[in-house]
Amino acid sequence: MNKELIRLKVNGEVHEVAVPPHKLLLDVLREDLGLTGAKRGCDDSSCGCCAVLVDSVAILSCVAIASCYQDAEIVTVEGIAPPGTLDPVQEGYALAGGAQCGYCTPGFLICTKALLARHPHPTLEEIRVALSSNLCRCTGYMQIYESVQLAIERAQAREAAKPAPVGR
Amino acid sequence: MASHSHIGKPLPMTDAPGKVTGLGKYADDLTVTGMLYGKILHSVHPHARIRAIDTSKAEALPGVKAVATGKDAPNPYGILPIGHDERVFALDKARYIGDNVAAVAATSAEIAEAALDLIDVDYEPLPAWFDPLESMQATSNWIHEQKPGNVEKEYHHEFGNPEQAFAESAFIREERYYAGEVTHAAMEPHSTLAIWEPDGRLTVHSSTQVPYYLHRTIAEVCEMPMSQIRIIKPLVGGGFGGKSEVIPLEVAAPVLAKKARRPVKITYTREEVFYAHRGRPITIADLKVGLTREGKINAVAARVVQDGGAYCGYGPVTVLYSGALLGALYDIPNVRYDGYRVLTNKPACGAMRGHGTVNVRFAFESTLDQLAHDAGMDPVEIRRRNLLKAPCITVNGLRVTSYGLPECIEKAAERSGWAEKKGKLPYGRGVGIACSHYVSGAANPIIRSNMPHTTVNIKVDRDAAVTLFTGASEIGQGSDTIQAQIVAEVLGVKMERIKLVAADTDLTPVDLGSYSSRVTFMAGNACLEAAKNIRAQVFAAVAKKSGCDPAVLEARDDFIFSTRDPGLRMNFDEAAVAAIDFHGALVATGTYAPPEEARGGKHKGAGVGPSPSYSYSAQVVELSVDTETGQVRVHRIVAAHDCGKALNPLTVEGQIEGSVYMGLGQALQEEMIWNEGRLMNPSLLEYRTPTTLETPEIESIIVESNDPEGPFGAKEAGEGSLAATIPAVANAIYDAVGVRINSLPITPEKILAALREKEKQRGGKVARSNGGRR
Ligand code: FES
Ligand code: FES
Repeated sequence: MNKELIRLKVNGEVHEVAVPPHKLLLDVLREDLGLTGAKRGCDDSSCGCCAVLVDSVAILSCVAIASCYQDAEIVTVEGIAPPGTLDPVQEGYALAGGAQCGYCTPGFLICTKALLARHPHPTLEEIRVALSSNLCRCTGYMQIYESVQLAIERAQAREAAKPAPVGR
Repeated sequence: MASHSHIGKPLPMTDAPGKVTGLGKYADDLTVTGMLYGKILHSVHPHARIRAIDTSKAEALPGVKAVATGKDAPNPYGILPIGHDERVFALDKARYIGDNVAAVAATSAEIAEAALDLIDVDYEPLPAWFDPLESMQATSNWIHEQKPGNVEKEYHHEFGNPEQAFAESAFIREERYYAGEVTHAAMEPHSTLAIWEPDGRLTVHSSTQVPYYLHRTIAEVCEMPMSQIRIIKPLVGGGFGGKSEVIPLEVAAPVLAKKARRPVKITYTREEVFYAHRGRPITIADLKVGLTREGKINAVAARVVQDGGAYCGYGPVTVLYSGALLGALYDIPNVRYDGYRVLTNKPACGAMRGHGTVNVRFAFESTLDQLAHDAGMDPVEIRRRNLLKAPCITVNGLRVTSYGLPECIEKAAERSGWAEKKGKLPYGRGVGIACSHYVSGAANPIIRSNMPHTTVNIKVDRDAAVTLFTGASEIGQGSDTIQAQIVAEVLGVKMERIKLVAADTDLTPVDLGSYSSRVTFMAGNACLEAAKNIRAQVFAAVAKKSGCDPAVLEARDDFIFSTRDPGLRMNFDEAAVAAIDFHGALVATGTYAPPEEARGGKHKGAGVGPSPSYSYSAQVVELSVDTETGQVRVHRIVAAHDCGKALNPLTVEGQIEGSVYMGLGQALQEEMIWNEGRLMNPSLLEYRTPTTLETPEIESIIVESNDPEGPFGAKEAGEGSLAATIPAVANAIYDAVGVRINSLPITPEKILAALREKEKQRGGKVARSNGGRR
């Protein structure tokens, strides 16, 4: 099959990969870049397990042609915090029961990240709507909401703990 | 009792870091050098003889490394010893659309897919059976020749004297209930990586709840000794029963790997997951319940037909559970049960969360609600009047050791505001209550033996790390965490010290698997035993070293100390080394097998239903019905669950909420829709599991009855709540608009039809404002 060389910037690193022109972003991430955090849960863009951030917006990588995203900042679950550290949303999901089997979790984390980026203090209803295209079969969603709330608290606490900028 | 360091604490799951960073590996995340991609050819006919298969064109396609058909692995298999009726690929007949006919391993998934199109199968279509009631009348064209009349199994049980009891009942209700077919829809599609090793062994990584059954089955179908096969369970993305028996790809991948002498991975598409199924069968239940004037349930009789699909699977167990638990939630002296497991030309059903109990519980709790109404009694009150008194043995021989149902009922009623709401909400809004229960593991193993159901090993070495080797399968329910908590508690060490090696048949001793909610109870007890043994060895060494009596020693926070002598204090690192010095090694084994008294009666089929202990649930649902559209909006569900003791309240609540959510899906919106054996909605868009928007607030309440035999008093938490949700919804709909829907899912169409019917019976006068309520 014909392949073309594409450049993708994923989690801050530029990768050049030769892939068939129609190859999906999810498959390139998982197969060519070894980033298996984003999951495939369905055949028809119905589950949200494959979500990644493209320029801070959550998209479904299972219906995105990889070559179309060559100029974008792509962030997968592996890249939402520097290695060895956790982002507040990851802490929230880990501590408050938001991840049971964990298969939906990368998608939820990405969508939560996207939500909090545009809306740091959402109401419960806003969280509910923002996460309504991610399916979770384990939690019944209650502990996911609690995880998001905890993430918000942790983000605030980190903000408050930051040393005041010099010169003020 | 001294307070605990880890038990009863809402600790995060030990495997959470891998899950929230995306670094944890599920089966499909694994790749190895030289790996091939496998694809399975599925039957397009619901019932057809296979005259011939020509694979030559597929084999000739560049990139194809192996093609396998039925002849490559003809040995039959099945989860039950009495049900070995499946083959890796159909030998003579295909029995459902989706049945496995052949498979290809190739260097890419695309090539494998293309090769499937090149396989020629010569089918001779046969008349097919789709409706269970018709199928069980069949006189020819049976799905399995050895199952005349397409009945897989039937059971007839009678306890007490139901006939006389009905004759003496003041109120009797007889109703037919129908439950549509539902499926697990775990978010992770099944995946299996089978690696043919250079030394002729086979290593299999698979999304399974039962690695040890998979181990046996692969040995049978690949005709290899179990000693040459290793099964490893990676992270599993949810099971709910869908991975609790061997799924076709789990044997297809090893067969291909053996043939190609290469590693082969097969991952199902979501559509294939739907066709692999093994979910909850269509159930037709004819139920009769009798009540005395005082509100005592006198007798229950049920005739249950389950549409099992084309293979046996867990079928006989499902139909037995339906009977065994039907009359055992309350004190019911007279029970009759006739259960039929019927074969049809559809994918096989199997075990799904709440296995066997859910659909009959819907029928029973709905009927009880009607009887309460007939007797002019509050639905909470009628349940209060029919409680068991633990310890006791139910009429069908189930031993009940702890019984938190009374407290569940009171708490659910209180927190939901039952007394203020029942019958008092405006027309269109209502509340309903229902109860349920479930086993904490089956007291009898699937393959009868007296061996332990679980064995665990603990090793402490000079690094003072505590390594727990357990065969138990973490599938998202938190069993790894619970086991680590138990060991850490007993040894008085920090959680970080516990290393868990799990579900790898080369390293870990046998555990029967994650099904029937058995792991906390059974593996938990085995962990308790092994950890106590280690602690005794450590105490003996410390006592020797310091010249004290081991009986005065205690362990906590990584220290061993004396309760008598404040000066005696040794950290765990030193104590472990002392123990290794003293004993030569610091290792211990713990096992669990249910006690003889828990294993049930002697009648045919008595082996299913008995458990060392039972969980209990009571739930109140509050909802509104839009009488114009039939749409139901659930506002709140209060769910009280008796889990014996919440070893980890965070994960227990997660299990209760997840169960309630899944029950709600079955109650209102989930159903597999079949047309002549073809699934009309094999995707998550059309088979609609509830999203955040359809899932209401769920308030979980933990009730602790402290089971005398559970580890720290614990029992089941992961399944029992599901069954109560469905009838609680049905009962709330009745409270809201006065119609009973006896058919699942309760769709807007069914509600509207019932409302119209009610309207017609009242001569067209519908008193909307004053409450068409009753
Ligand atoms: S894999 Fe399901 S939405 Fe992308
Ligand atoms: S945690 Fe299992 S699907 Fe969400």
